[in-house]
Amino acid sequence: MQAHSDAIAMTDAGGDTLSPLVGSMLTPADMSTARDWLMMLKPRVVLLVVYSGLAGLLVAPGHINPVIAFAAMLCIALGAGASGAINMWYDRDIDAVMKRTAKRPIPSGRIAPDDALGYGVFLAVASVIMMGLATNWFAAMLLAGSIFYYVVIYTMWLKRRTPQNIVIGGAAGAFPPLIGWAAVTGSLSVMPWILFGMIFMWTPPHFWSLSLWAHEDYKRAGVPMLPVVAGAKETRRQVMLYTIAMVPFTLLPWYLGYSGPVYGVSAALLGVWFLFDAWRVYTDTQDAIGISLTNDKPAKACFKYSILYLFALFGAVYIDWAVR
Amino acid sequence: MMADSLPPLSREESKELGKRRRGRNIAMLIALVAVSALFYAISMVKMSAHIGGAG
Repeated sequence: MQAHSDAIAMTDAGGDTLSPLVGSMLTPADMSTARDWLMMLKPRVVLLVVYSGLAGLLVAPGHINPVIAFAAMLCIALGAGASGAINMWYDRDIDAVMKRTAKRPIPSGRIAPDDALGYGVFLAVASVIMMGLATNWFAAMLLAGSIFYYVVIYTMWLKRRTPQNIVIGGAAGAFPPLIGWAAVTGSLSVMPWILFGMIFMWTPPHFWSLSLWAHEDYKRAGVPMLPVVAGAKETRRQVMLYTIAMVPFTLLPWYLGYSGPVYGVSAALLGVWFLFDAWRVYTDTQDAIGISLTNDKPAKACFKYSILYLFALFGAVYIDWAVR
Repeated sequence: MMADSLPPLSREESKELGKRRRGRNIAMLIALVAVSALFYAISMVKMSAHIGGAG
């Protein structure tokens, strides 16, 4: 391997000389780019995780030094990224057969599975230790718990076994506000649990809207997503029911006095729109078993809106906190 | 020995490999410098908090 690298170096330095390297000696590590390693961390998911974690950190009572706050957010991001990398390592077989994930670095051969696992475990351990040293060990324990929950409970245990996978697994994505809050206070109270509940209840309608039109992918991969197991009709009903349950829940911060009217009005308006989108999914023109006759336009719209919804909802938490 | 019987990489492939390796090295350098700077900043904050508390 060392000789291999040296050979490349000689070519780099020598300019015109042809490399003595041979194609079949190349390993995935040689082919990967820095971007591949970044993509292993699922940056879009990390962005959402950081965004919701910051809400917990900002609304928590007490003061935190900006440097420590930055370090806490970085640890949350690294922990989430590490979970994503280990998830990609474990799910590499199903990623390879799903259109949406087939181009990821492992199934496309640019990163070796063992390298991905080492990368994920290293970042997971590093993020937890750094969180403990920079903030407190309670926040570090929560971060470790969230990584364990996502990797072991969701990825390894639930995902391939039950159609309720994302309902229970959704808790993994709901940890960040708890961690952010704990980084400041060293403890938890009602408000961070409400923020946790908001993400927890948002996950099913968000994911099931996606799975309504991506169910063929999941079916091929053998993942028991709700539309695959219970059918599209039942999935539409569940999207509607979870949205009905979620919207009043998001009003709790205002109702209990943790947030002001800016948040209350925003959450109500955003929720009404989500209910409308879920209703359109539920009443989409469909055949007898619930398969869409409109190319799942309402489900696609609901999925897109659900992402905007979460950003806007937590944005309202920020704005309300800033103006209070 | 076995390598002799296999086709060598073309100049373009070799160049591409070098480019990718350079990219990975630069990313690693940036990460290491950033982490070092962050650890330094955290240490300063923690130490000044202790000094402030003692005073």
